Amino acid sequence: MGSKTVRIGAGLGFYGDSFLPALDVIQNGRIEYLCCEHLAELTLAILKKDQLKNPELGFARDLIPMLKLLWPEAQKRGVRIVSNAGGLNPKAAAMAAKRLAEELGLRVKIALIEGDDLLGSLAEFFPLKHLQTQEPLPEDIKDRLVFANAYLGAAPIAQALKEGADLVLTGRVADCSLFLAPCLHELGWGLDDLERLAQGTLAGHLLECSAQVTGGNHGGDWEGIEGLENIGYPIAEVGDGSVLITKTPASGGRVSFDTVREQLLYEMHDPSSYLTPDLILDITQVRLKEVQKNSVLVTGAKGRPRPDSYKAVMGYQDGFMGQAILGYSWPEALKKAKKASEILTYKIKTLGLPIEEVHTSFLGFNSFFEELADTEAAKELNEVYLRLAVRTQSLKAAQALSRLAVPLALQGPPTASGFIGFERTRELIGLWPTSVDRGAVDRHVCIKSLGGDEGAS
Amino acid sequence: MLLKEVAFARSGDKGDIVDIGLFAFSKEDYALIKEQVSAKRVKAHFEPFGATRAERYEVPNLLALKFVVHGVLQGGASRSLRADNLGKTFGAMLLKMPLEP
Repeated sequence: MGSKTVRIGAGLGFYGDSFLPALDVIQNGRIEYLCCEHLAELTLAILKKDQLKNPELGFARDLIPMLKLLWPEAQKRGVRIVSNAGGLNPKAAAMAAKRLAEELGLRVKIALIEGDDLLGSLAEFFPLKHLQTQEPLPEDIKDRLVFANAYLGAAPIAQALKEGADLVLTGRVADCSLFLAPCLHELGWGLDDLERLAQGTLAGHLLECSAQVTGGNHGGDWEGIEGLENIGYPIAEVGDGSVLITKTPASGGRVSFDTVREQLLYEMHDPSSYLTPDLILDITQVRLKEVQKNSVLVTGAKGRPRPDSYKAVMGYQDGFMGQAILGYSWPEALKKAKKASEILTYKIKTLGLPIEEVHTSFLGFNSFFEELADTEAAKELNEVYLRLAVRTQSLKAAQALSRLAVPLALQGPPTASGFIGFERTRELIGLWPTSVDRGAVDRHVCIKSLGGDEGAS
Repeated sequence: MLLKEVAFARSGDKGDIVDIGLFAFSKEDYALIKEQVSAKRVKAHFEPFGATRAERYEVPNLLALKFVVHGVLQGGASRSLRADNLGKTFGAMLLKMPLEP
């Protein structure tokens, strides 16, 4: 790569990911930017629960301990951080970050981006159609919505970087846009420069799931990968026509043809038309080349002009899940667990609990594979756990399940043991993806800044 | 012979959709999976999970096939009752598909 490049490190790949590999990337990766992805599809549902309890919450709370660890090192090295940890409340996230900066004695400029949250202005976007089925939004879902967010693009983040932000906090943004933004800013790419933009989007797509491109969750030769206990997060060196994917030399894991092609296709749907808010990415001409150990050069990404709409995902309340998990031992472990399931199902029925669906599976036998599980394997199981999950609109009914399960210790088949997971009642959130007019969303998008030489503006 | 012997896989979720990347170990293996692992077969494979539709994309530059399987996550990870609510094991399940050598 002869022309100018920018080096970007991956921070977190989801809410709950570990911070230490991100610190390693800052200290040893010679990066200029660290981009952190905290928001999986269902994360906003978790943040909504926080916000309902406390209006000062609603952002990914791991942001603050993460910054506490990373910020002093990042500031020392001039590494700027981009994160979507703002979640449903970027303003509160920025205020919390500002308090932390004061505590740490850091002089930093924080920018926040708002406008992805459509819940308050949803009527402006009606009528809405389901992204896949094209069905109109049902009235009963409309009344139960808990969040509705558009996936914004890279442009406002790049603008915030141009204005000098050391930390940019966003709400819902397309994951790859978090990474494209520093490329736009550092390399001076135009928003219509599709050939170049495609490289930045590709880099973002490869980095957005952190260790999933450096050997984590690898379906290939996972046993041969060394140092998973000390796995490194990926680094992308992005230039005009290529992306180099690598990691720090001392970290564990692997960057290879296999780990890169696996992440390249991850959750992308049509490889010739990966829709992002910045462009439509085509990876069908991409070439991967292992240029040295743990460094893969990626060339050939193409781009087409972006769609006129943003994707948006809405979540709606859809009842509760109650679950009971208890184990049985050999001999005839599965037979015992099945009997326990029958007893529980009978009790649910006779008590008239308002349960809509009962989902029964056996941990250690078929809880993942269900009907595709190999039944031969069930014959001589050493042990197996019954997992009985119920769907109900009633929180009380969900909680009642645990009380029904406990007496099985003395009343059911022999060897009931390992009582776990009785209290894990969970609120269920249905997802409803749609698309919304881009111009109408953009009217709500704004960049605000805190700290540095200015106050809030 | 099982698909597992010629390819590896990774899967993930988008709403009610499971998205599976299937990666052949060699060019010969790619030709084999391209010939035998059709969208129709994949849909049938996941019908016990409620599959309503499956699309296949060929990605020869990565020696890979991509499958997009609709309707298999009980409406999405956050409303699913399954132990694998995120569809992470669908790739592994696909590898159980029998192939003609």
